[in-house]
Amino acid sequence: MTELYIRTDLTDLPDARGYFGEFGGRFVPETIIPALDELEGAYADAIADPSFHDELAHLQRTYTGRPTPVSYARRLSERLGGAQIYLKREDLAHTGAHKINNALGQGLLAKRMGKGRIIAETGAGQHGVGTATAMALLGLACHVYMGTVDIKRQQPNVFRMKLLGAEVIPVTSGSRTLKDAINEAMRDWVTNVETTFYLLGSALGPHPYPMMVRDFQSVIGAEAREQIQEMTGHLPDACIACVGGGSNAIGMFHAFRDDEGTELIGVEAGGHGIESGEHAARFADLDISRPGILHGTRSYVMQDDDGQIMETHSISAGLDYPSVGPEHAHLRQMERAFYTMATDEEALEAFQVLSKTEGIIPALESSHALAEAIKRAPTMPRDSVLLVNLSGRGDKDLDTVIGVLDD
Amino acid sequence: MTKVREIHGLAALDKMFASSRAQGRAAFLPYFPIGYPTYQESLGAVEAMAHAGADGFEIGIPFSDPIADGPTIQAAAQVALENGTTVRNCLDAVRTLRAKGLQQPMLMMGYANPLVAYGTDQFVRDARLAGADGLIVPDLPPEEAAMFAESCAREGLALVFFLAPTSNDRRIAMAAKHATGFIYVVSLTGITGARAQLPTYLTDFIARLRSRTDKPLVLGFGISKPEHARQVSELMDGFIVGSALVRAGGEGVAAVRELAGSLRGAL
Repeated sequence: MTELYIRTDLTDLPDARGYFGEFGGRFVPETIIPALDELEGAYADAIADPSFHDELAHLQRTYTGRPTPVSYARRLSERLGGAQIYLKREDLAHTGAHKINNALGQGLLAKRMGKGRIIAETGAGQHGVGTATAMALLGLACHVYMGTVDIKRQQPNVFRMKLLGAEVIPVTSGSRTLKDAINEAMRDWVTNVETTFYLLGSALGPHPYPMMVRDFQSVIGAEAREQIQEMTGHLPDACIACVGGGSNAIGMFHAFRDDEGTELIGVEAGGHGIESGEHAARFADLDISRPGILHGTRSYVMQDDDGQIMETHSISAGLDYPSVGPEHAHLRQMERAFYTMATDEEALEAFQVLSKTEGIIPALESSHALAEAIKRAPTMPRDSVLLVNLSGRGDKDLDTVIGVLDD
Repeated sequence: MTKVREIHGLAALDKMFASSRAQGRAAFLPYFPIGYPTYQESLGAVEAMAHAGADGFEIGIPFSDPIADGPTIQAAAQVALENGTTVRNCLDAVRTLRAKGLQQPMLMMGYANPLVAYGTDQFVRDARLAGADGLIVPDLPPEEAAMFAESCAREGLALVFFLAPTSNDRRIAMAAKHATGFIYVVSLTGITGARAQLPTYLTDFIARLRSRTDKPLVLGFGISKPEHARQVSELMDGFIVGSALVRAGGEGVAAVRELAGSLRGAL
């Protein structure tokens, strides 16, 4: 198995200014530019230091429970009658989602930099829980911004964060979801920049976050690429992952970027359907989504004609975000990755199908990726392989699902 | 018959600083967002401040996600957007104020995305045609500003950049090189409350900036009371008051006029 789980190949994108092609960059108030410079320097130091790799790899093995397995979804594959479906089991990582990979990586970095106060944003609560967990482990104080809409729909995670010693700060501005939690975290950082480390949870925001988060998540694809070859004897025909900000997807895709035979498929939240206008499918609805600037980076942004950011909808809080990580915008433009979407209804169906056929209750976010696999598999030959990133488990979503299924 | 403005853009800002400097004080540059609490009242607020002796204005363009603003300006932006305020309305506001005879420099202040959506070249040209003299974009550091720098230079408009006490020598050199009109200095921790003196970190920082640039230095963030204005006036070429005036704007134009008058009177 790969021992060094984070990037050492410095020729990869982004470029020195943080751009992936025409996407990325640093569109932030001047106050935090020096902090981004400091972070970039500290990160470069850390990845050049074998002891940092050792410490992270040690925690991944002995604390997170890595490598997470790849499971063959036999009954689901038989039922669909086409491609064989394999699941990368990030739901089995400690805390129940891939978010812990990045939280531990950045947490170790914060400690190395001597920052004692950690702030984070969370949508579904998985990044908040991952961060609260890592901070409890590392002994750092932690404040998590969370929109009040998300607090309501992700109660178990709110309680978890509090139990882990984090302070959850409700955000009541704007749409009161992930977007507004990021606004509030950035405002906090602008005000307390000298003492505070902003532990951003997805592959978005100003440089170096999209790069750093990708690197800390690339352990997913690095493991899965070896595991799937051990199990099937070859590379998969396609990797499928859900895309909100896009950290689990980029973490999966990165290891496969040069494998031309492997299609990379990102699945956005189709909400109530594109025609309803209530969704978070940044690449599927180009009437209201186009390149713009949000949260420090240039990428596709759902916005009105006047450049005001639009409110999004998804049944899954983790995908309910009006922009998308800049590297995804670049991969799409290069036609290296393809992006599609699944509606709330399709995700809910996939949620139930996987529970019944495999005994795995997936997160609603991951259910979007599964929905695409369920659509595709029957159209593919039986000897083809789909690798789905099961980015998290669904316990946190039970209230939401029970509410919808009861109606 | 209104008086036609003879100079505009960078020259108008230079003249403004020369005039306040000649009077031995800093220029008073209030910020006010268009569309708050209504479009008409926001114009009324700017006019009232002009009569109260403001030297120039930041004309706020509302944005849905203003990451560099505190709760007061966030809430005002939300109200302005609920009122249907657009970028075009903000340019119209400037045109209307000029038609009413307002002579002071006006700088458009707004976040990058709405301006990018409008079209950066088109926005800068329309801003100049409306009678604006410069542009301030809080989420646009100099290294990302190429899309505005060229058109501002072509139209003769100021393009203002920020510095903060966290800025190192490299950042200071970059802002000093690229900023036109003035440099917007952000006082990191604010200077709210009845302080007897300005915090030393700020006076030290300004001294450091003075040794590295001749560009006018304007202080923003956290100035709300006449005694702040008086202290700042000795140190700076200009100062911006935002939240306190916006709060007053919620009470009405009379409250804005009174606060602006007391701030100006303290200089």
